[in-house]
Amino acid sequence: MIKLDKVSKTYEAGVQAVRDLSLHIMPGEFVFVVGDSGSGKSTLIKLLLKELTPTSGRIVVNGKDLAGVKHKQIPEYRRKIGVVFQDFRLLQDRNVYDNVAFAMRVVDSAPREIKKRVPHVLSLVGLQPKYRALPKQLSGGEQQRVAIARALVNNPKIILADEPTGNLDGNNAWEIMRLLDEINQRGTTVVVVTHNMEIVRSMRKRVITIKKGMVTGDEEGM
Amino acid sequence: MRLSSLLYNFKQGLLNIWRNKMFSLASIATMTACIFLFGVFYSIGINFNSMVKAAEEGVAVTVYFEENCSQDIIDAIGKAIESRPEVLRYKFVSADDAWASFQQEYLGDEHASVAESFADDNPLADAANYEIYLNDVSKQTALVDFLYEQDGVREVHQSEDVARTLTDFNKLISGISVGVIIILIAVAVFLINNTVTVGISVRSEEIAIMKYIGAKDAFVRAPFLVEGVTIGAIGSIIPLVLMYFLYSSIMNYVAGRFSALGSMFTFVPIADVFKVLLPVSMVLGLGIGFIGSRLTIIRHLKV
Repeated sequence: MIKLDKVSKTYEAGVQAVRDLSLHIMPGEFVFVVGDSGSGKSTLIKLLLKELTPTSGRIVVNGKDLAGVKHKQIPEYRRKIGVVFQDFRLLQDRNVYDNVAFAMRVVDSAPREIKKRVPHVLSLVGLQPKYRALPKQLSGGEQQRVAIARALVNNPKIILADEPTGNLDGNNAWEIMRLLDEINQRGTTVVVVTHNMEIVRSMRKRVITIKKGMVTGDEEGM
Repeated sequence: MRLSSLLYNFKQGLLNIWRNKMFSLASIATMTACIFLFGVFYSIGINFNSMVKAAEEGVAVTVYFEENCSQDIIDAIGKAIESRPEVLRYKFVSADDAWASFQQEYLGDEHASVAESFADDNPLADAANYEIYLNDVSKQTALVDFLYEQDGVREVHQSEDVARTLTDFNKLISGISVGVIIILIAVAVFLINNTVTVGISVRSEEIAIMKYIGAKDAFVRAPFLVEGVTIGAIGSIIPLVLMYFLYSSIMNYVAGRFSALGSMFTFVPIADVFKVLLPVSMVLGLGIGFIGSRLTIIRHLKV
């Protein structure tokens, strides 16, 4: 599903964010990637989204070697990955329904399909009653649920979540994690980058630890 | 792209104008100001040009023939004149016509007896001539030189000073018009660049989100282009409407208050002004809107 083989990334300024990083995530897994600030976690997400190109090494996602994905093919590639950010990244001038529907419009889905699928996904994240609300009218946890609904709506095989609980209080953070766990139970591979060790310990999932751009630990949850 | 996606992007483009009211207003105002100023200078330029042209067309070159010149030679000179591209029109004035015109102009009814005393003896028997009007007075000297080379030409009268003054004046107006238009374009580019920079900062987050969720460049670009072209269209229609009413009002005002000017100067009809102003302004407005919106997103499509 996701395979990194001796991947390194050095920025133009000479900073080496990732060095000789190798890991393998199987289909249907739920994996936490943990590490301190500056450990290379965000670079890893950017490499997986093909926002960055590795300086060396090989990345294979969904059976596709990212070195062979050209600029024009990036949108097609990203549609198979749902992405969730710490700061939600919702379109502020569009309501909940439109934010989620937008992801389907982007992939040129039929209007009938959009009308059917969006309410279904909103009910999965528990936000159907608030479909007309604007992001600013929602709590942080609700906004993150909209972002998850948007990531889910196109049935991706993988969900990448970059610090999804970073802007949330304890209860909301737990709600989001439970939601991601439910999504994983339905068969979607979930990769969560976080530094919230309390949640990581409680969830008992696989934990990959990154330090100074290298994998220093890879433990199965118990 | 599906028809529904096209309609969606079109609707989003129009909605974007409303969502970013201040940015849209600033862009429309900038474009309106630039195109309006362009319209004002173009109208002034075209009217000056027409005035100079009218003055030029009134400047005649007169060709007199040698004594006892045969009709064949006079006809040959006429053909030679006709072949010159700088000749707007010419007419043959016979000795009788010249005498009749002289009587009417200088003797009138009061001195009719003076004219009668000449009976059939035309004192202007050698004054048959061709009166030539040019479409470009700067070519007057070349034409005069050409005429002197023709058989049967005795003398050529020209208004050298008038021709030179008009030519210089025309060059001055062309120079000023080109200068002003270059300055206007530079100002427009500067102002539009500023508004576009503001637009970029307002929209960069939105573009990044679209790219992260797998939007193709064309899908990201489409609403921005609709927005840019619509702003461009509004920004050129407003100054054109303003120009139309302003031009008509000034024409009516001058005609009403300064009727004496009417004999010296006639405004170029509004239809003739708009024949050029309308397409040029629309192309400018739509072009700036299109290019501006492309510039807004081009840097952010690399995400």
